[in-house]
Amino acid sequence: MVDIKEIAEKILKLVKADQADVRVLRERSHVTRFANSQIHQNMYEENCTADLRVVIGKKIGTAKINLLGEENLNELVERATKIAKLQKDRADFVTLPSNVGKPKKVKTFVQKTANHSVEEKAMSVKKLLEIAENYRPLPKVYGAFTTTTNELCVMNTLGVSASGKNTVSNLGVCMIAEEGDAKGYGWAESAHMDVSKIDVENVGKIAAEKAVNSIHTKKMEPGEYEVILEPRAVSELLGYLSYSGMGALAVQEQRSFLCGNIGNKIMDEKISIWDDGNDEHGLPIPFDFEGVPKQRVDIIENGVARGYVYDSYTANREGKKNTGHALPPGMGAFEIGPLPTNLFMKEGNMHVEDMISNCSRGLLVTKLHYVNIIHPVKTIFTGMTRDGTFYIENGKILHPVKNLRFTQNVVEAFSSVNGISAEKSIIAGDFGAVVCPYLHLDKFHFTGVTEF
Amino acid sequence: MTSHRCSLASPCKGRNTNMYIRDCMVIHMLGHDVELDYALTLLEKAKVEYGDVRFVSRKAERITTKNGAPVVSISSSKGVGVRTLVNGAWGFASTNDISKKGIKKVVELAVRTAKASGLTTKEKVVLSPEDPHTDKYETVIKKNPWDVPIEDKINYLLECEKRMRVSDRIKITLGYSEVWEEEKIFGSTEGSRIHQKVIETGGGISAVSIESGEMQTRSYPTSFGGDYAQSGYEFFDNLKLLENAERVGRESEQLISALQCPQEITTLIIASDQLALQVHESCGHPSELDRVFGYEASYAGTSFMTPEKLNTFRYGSDIVNIVGDATVPGGLGTFGYDDEGVRAQNFHIIKNGIIAGYLSSRETAAKLGLRSTGAMRADGYNRMPIIRMTNINLLPGTWKFDELIRDTKKGIYVETNKSWSIDDRRLNFQFGTEIAYRIENGEMKEMLKNPVYTGITYEFWRSCDAICSKDFWHLWGLRNCGKGEPGQVMRVGHGTAPARFNNVRVGVGKW
Repeated sequence: MVDIKEIAEKILKLVKADQADVRVLRERSHVTRFANSQIHQNMYEENCTADLRVVIGKKIGTAKINLLGEENLNELVERATKIAKLQKDRADFVTLPSNVGKPKKVKTFVQKTANHSVEEKAMSVKKLLEIAENYRPLPKVYGAFTTTTNELCVMNTLGVSASGKNTVSNLGVCMIAEEGDAKGYGWAESAHMDVSKIDVENVGKIAAEKAVNSIHTKKMEPGEYEVILEPRAVSELLGYLSYSGMGALAVQEQRSFLCGNIGNKIMDEKISIWDDGNDEHGLPIPFDFEGVPKQRVDIIENGVARGYVYDSYTANREGKKNTGHALPPGMGAFEIGPLPTNLFMKEGNMHVEDMISNCSRGLLVTKLHYVNIIHPVKTIFTGMTRDGTFYIENGKILHPVKNLRFTQNVVEAFSSVNGISAEKSIIAGDFGAVVCPYLHLDKFHFTGVTEF
Repeated sequence: MTSHRCSLASPCKGRNTNMYIRDCMVIHMLGHDVELDYALTLLEKAKVEYGDVRFVSRKAERITTKNGAPVVSISSSKGVGVRTLVNGAWGFASTNDISKKGIKKVVELAVRTAKASGLTTKEKVVLSPEDPHTDKYETVIKKNPWDVPIEDKINYLLECEKRMRVSDRIKITLGYSEVWEEEKIFGSTEGSRIHQKVIETGGGISAVSIESGEMQTRSYPTSFGGDYAQSGYEFFDNLKLLENAERVGRESEQLISALQCPQEITTLIIASDQLALQVHESCGHPSELDRVFGYEASYAGTSFMTPEKLNTFRYGSDIVNIVGDATVPGGLGTFGYDDEGVRAQNFHIIKNGIIAGYLSSRETAAKLGLRSTGAMRADGYNRMPIIRMTNINLLPGTWKFDELIRDTKKGIYVETNKSWSIDDRRLNFQFGTEIAYRIENGEMKEMLKNPVYTGITYEFWRSCDAICSKDFWHLWGLRNCGKGEPGQVMRVGHGTAPARFNNVRVGVGKW
């Protein structure tokens, strides 16, 4: 197996330019998908990519390959260099990072996860089927069990060098129980860097219970309700808030909800949101795609907007400290800019049962579906509920409801918080995670309803 | 298992007019027939019920200019994906190591994952019959996009940006150009061997105006990077980005002070580009037969278009005809064969308003006793093929656009997608568009901002009472359709002409 550090060094030695940085990423993943209570797609993937950025003056060229022979490495360097030479100056580019220090030593890798086999995943699916057998009507089991091992090395010609490997395991389960024409849906999930921490039994039980308890739904009229959002639903709203406005480029381009709001109270004082790529309670990755150690960044502190995240380009542009939140160079970094990929929301001190008791007329929402941004600055998002939505009245869950569409200013929704749970979950993302609790919001605007 | 496999010496068979064979260029460029033979031999030795192998090579050149600064990225990838059926269960493995050692390993892993899948099998996979094919397919191009100098592409987009900057309100201008090329060799244990090479080009422009917390975007020819086609660079040349740049800038800044779209139930006329996404979300996805059978239930969801509705359920009004057409020239969903070797087809999904067909695979079609409609597509060598849209096209009607507006007493005209959302059975949808205009007594009136409309799929399509003619019909190329775990991004096409819908709820949300 090729040594990714050696590959990175070889590439940089071939470069004849003012500056350059390279990312070599080796990925290995197993995904076992199941539907109708049997495995229907079972996939193994191995890949290794090298992604080079070359800087000549203020001209920048990037290229990426996944074949890493000598000839390919030469071609990569030639391509990126040629592109850089053809470029126009990027006037506000200053430099790639230098003197950034070493990333913190954080546990990111568990050998057991890297070794987890397709047979072990199949046995977990069998276990889920056995759990479902305990419920009536018998739910069908759907979902995916994924383990991924990534090895990333980032180096630049100014002496930055960071490398490490991380593991992620993620089990998401949807169960569907049928009675006549009616169907009940239930969702549960678990993610951890250590696959042995995935509690298959607990995930199965929660999904099955929700499925059998959500069969006979009643239709609720759209309107304003209290909501208790489960961590998965909270993570989806946080993810879109992050994408639309928690990065420096979004703020610099005035397309962020944080514009003009730093130091202002914009959410309920119970809300604190930060990014921390070094926290082992999430899925940490201690350095970014420029090799810069990740810093903890407070974004919302007790409801007050505190900051946003930077990469080298946006930090140099503003004369601020780079927080280590670069995406890979190219389209993502250029159009979206730096992003927080290890978000945390501060937990509260409530039990979920007490949150339900405190709810006078609201909805318990397991999961959101197809969330999208209608207006990024006003943080107006829309989306549907799914996989277990229940009506609560006077502190009691009364019945499941047909799924509803929300159209909501999310910053406004986070401005009136009734309660936050002590319990929190890791929700895995593409490269990182959101760690968040249950959230009881006083007002959430539902604008439509569907047929199931 | 069939042991017959056609050799390279087999003659190339001509197919439809969309195919262009140029002296076996694909074979020479990709050149992995020996490795393909080796992988298939290993699969035969492993005694799999069925197996297929895809060697795929991709190259993409993406140029984005933003506020006068360009970023160019060229990426390439190559690898092999092997799919096996063992004891009625699927396995798949892929690698970028295309040495003999790498291929042997990936075949072994594909067999092993299939055997692991078999630990839970209750209902074995049965494949609908398909004749083996030996064939080639290649995009017809006039102007090789790789021959156009990168600096020319950059300069053109930068000039577009300059022309969009008509006001201080415009804070962000963007230009996009992309050249995308894929070559693949497919071989199966049933004897198919298919070489395909596809080239796609396209681009677009956007202007973003921001003032006092209001942000408005205007794009051309449509949003999210523009319009794309299976074509040489002549497609980009014909987009006329430069000629439209000033208008795009002006509309962007005018939107800042435009009136807010009212909240009402009204007549809605949808422009071709927005209707493309409407077709995509409310017809394309629910007609995917894997969704219908629950294969995506835990992720993207299922479908309301369940099998008992085939040939009976009224999806839309009589004038609504929607086809899945993988043969139409220029579409991002056009090919010779899908990724399990099924020939490209053109068939009705909706015929005279009634559900008439599904996008299917050999596995899902067999469940209905049908032949596959050829919609299995994989996002590169490293993904297992799943059912994807091809070109899902709303067939044109008879109206001229001006006549349609003149015929509308009161309503709203919406154009260019801004946001999209639909429930997991594809019933309750909500779309936002970049721009709208009020229609009164047959005339387009003032501009409206933040238009959002919502509805239930079949109620909405049943209310369709007018579709513009082929003169107003355009085949759009979308590059960003997501589905599957691990995620697969597919490039698909949608042909649409402006159409009118009645009693549609617009102006959702508190503004």
